[in-house]
Amino acid sequence: MQPGAAVGRAPENVSTQNRFPVLLSIYERMTEPAVSLQSDAPRPATKAPAARSVVLPPAGRELRLDLFRGAALWLIFIGHLPPNVLTWLTIRNYGFSDATEIFIFISGYTAAFVYGRALTNQGMVIASARIFKRVWQIYVAHVFLFTIYLAEISYVASSFQNPLYAEEMGVLDFFKQPDVIIGQALLLKFRPVNMDVLPLYIMLMLFLPLILWMMVRRPDMTLLASVALYAITWEMEWNLPAYPSGTWFFNPLAWQLLFVFGAWCAMGGAYRMEGLLRSRITLTICFAYLLFALYVTLSWYIPHSGHVLPRFIEAWMYPISKTDLDVLRFAHFLALAAVTVHFLPRDWAGLSSPWLQPLIRCGQHSLEIFCLGVFLAFAGHFILVEFSGGAWMHFFVSLAGVVIMSAAAWVFSWYKRATSKMPTRPDGLDTGADLTGGG
Amino acid sequence: MKTIVGLVALVSLVAAGETVAQMPAPVTAVQCEVQPELLTSESHLNRVTNAVRADKKLDVLIIGSLSSTLPGADGADRAYPARFAAAMRQRLPNETIVVGSEILPRVTAEDVAPRLAALVQKHHSVLAIWQTGTADALQSVSPDDFREALDEGIKNLQGAGVDVVLLNPQYSPRLETMISLGPYLDNMRVVAQQHDIPLFDRFAIMKHWSETGTFDLHGAVRGTEMAKNVHDCLGRALAAFVVDAAGLKASSGKFSDP
Repeated sequence: MQPGAAVGRAPENVSTQNRFPVLLSIYERMTEPAVSLQSDAPRPATKAPAARSVVLPPAGRELRLDLFRGAALWLIFIGHLPPNVLTWLTIRNYGFSDATEIFIFISGYTAAFVYGRALTNQGMVIASARIFKRVWQIYVAHVFLFTIYLAEISYVASSFQNPLYAEEMGVLDFFKQPDVIIGQALLLKFRPVNMDVLPLYIMLMLFLPLILWMMVRRPDMTLLASVALYAITWEMEWNLPAYPSGTWFFNPLAWQLLFVFGAWCAMGGAYRMEGLLRSRITLTICFAYLLFALYVTLSWYIPHSGHVLPRFIEAWMYPISKTDLDVLRFAHFLALAAVTVHFLPRDWAGLSSPWLQPLIRCGQHSLEIFCLGVFLAFAGHFILVEFSGGAWMHFFVSLAGVVIMSAAAWVFSWYKRATSKMPTRPDGLDTGADLTGGG
Repeated sequence: MKTIVGLVALVSLVAAGETVAQMPAPVTAVQCEVQPELLTSESHLNRVTNAVRADKKLDVLIIGSLSSTLPGADGADRAYPARFAAAMRQRLPNETIVVGSEILPRVTAEDVAPRLAALVQKHHSVLAIWQTGTADALQSVSPDDFREALDEGIKNLQGAGVDVVLLNPQYSPRLETMISLGPYLDNMRVVAQQHDIPLFDRFAIMKHWSETGTFDLHGAVRGTEMAKNVHDCLGRALAAFVVDAAGLKASSGKFSDP
């Protein structure tokens, strides 16, 4: 399940049954000559065959993306709380990859969907400007969360003394130099616990104009370049520096692979992979790999199940790096995605079920809900520590967080509906902003 | 502010400790249960077994940072290395037990790894208990670098001819949102498994105590009494763990009656 394998997949597998939704219309628009900025660029080598226009994807938004991004947001929130009963719902307990992979992939997919359209309709300059505006929003959100973190740590510093933790209290020493620590936080080098995802997202979005610029011209070459960067990063052990020491927890140079792969899928790649995805062999391999990952992962959590694998395989496999998006994690995500796409078609009736609406709504406002989730995790920790919560309190805090996130998403949806009834802007510039996860 | 409180606590402890320090600290009767699976290991301490059986002597060196100590005049007697020594002597009354400790504050695994062989040679140890991870987490050392340092340190220790036990960071609910221990705990578990050496899971044990209410690790406790009790329990649990991993007693799972 290497992405390279998918690249080589010939597009003749195109069928009229459009099970995997892909933005073919965008792909076609991108290959159209009538794009101002593209006119002086080399024309794409392959013009879309006329037959393709028959299989335009259904209009409207892809609810499955929203659903799974919402699920990823819930799982990230639960994962940020101290472990409790609900933690067993998180997928990281059942395989190599976790909610972060889902979040980054879908972010790449939707970002390419929205800003790719902007690029073809409005040109490179406007599209880039819109992307940078978005980057700024995410950056401000990150700084806002950091402020809350500062307040929390200051409170602990002034209220908590326990001789048992003399060494651990050393973490507060950094805050004796607020100028340094705030400066490093603004440079995204100092990142408190659980605040690693947004800096990654910021870096990926920062390079989105370049990615899209390449993607509209040579989608497969762009993906190949991404794979190459990933491979070189592993080989050369590249990463960005962090403060006070070490490197970024999510290495953007490695994680870009998932983001670019998401973008590539949105730009027609998923459509071309459809034949591959529907094949029984693929499905069998995916299932086998998922079961293998399940077996290995469970061996970590069930004490004393011993060595479940031959030593040489263990020596090759471990460690499974999250920082550098280990290829085992990436493959696990691919297998999970392939199986999901197979069993949940685009027109799956469940997508209109009222029970799934909270998830879908959360996915539709992902930046806001993500930030809210980080804040709620802080607040949840605070409640559990201050009121010394037991298992039930843990459960209640997790549940309350999910309910608050859903309610907030509902308010955001309501606001968007309400404002969209107002006279619309003639340029229609703001359409689709929520697709990237916020308005 | 912290310094002042610390100094005041130190002075008062020195004053109060004068009388206590005369006699060896008694084994307190604190009740602290540990899940049985955390007191046994699949990996074996063969050199420890041989030393105890053949030489009737066991030299242990605990290498750690500040979380292997307690403040105050009697801190050294009440911290877990001393309590571990006392519990070992109770478990193995016919053998000579010597427990030394090397405390290197704020030192990361990478810094200490090259020095480990010299340390165990200096102490003529048979068993090295390496407490690490906290300093690395505080300085957010890259988890990959941490793992490589663990790997190097364990190889150095084994090269020096000693058995190795890894001892992971403390569980601290209050500081959980400020110190990201996860990657360091995971790496210690993985590296221990790779080298087939026992890992004493201090984190999981303390977490269990916190969840069952054995100790209130959340609270802002200014006195050292609870810290001493925690260390006493840790020392006893560590002794049970080592005795089990060395296969020295059939009923080693029993932790409460040493």
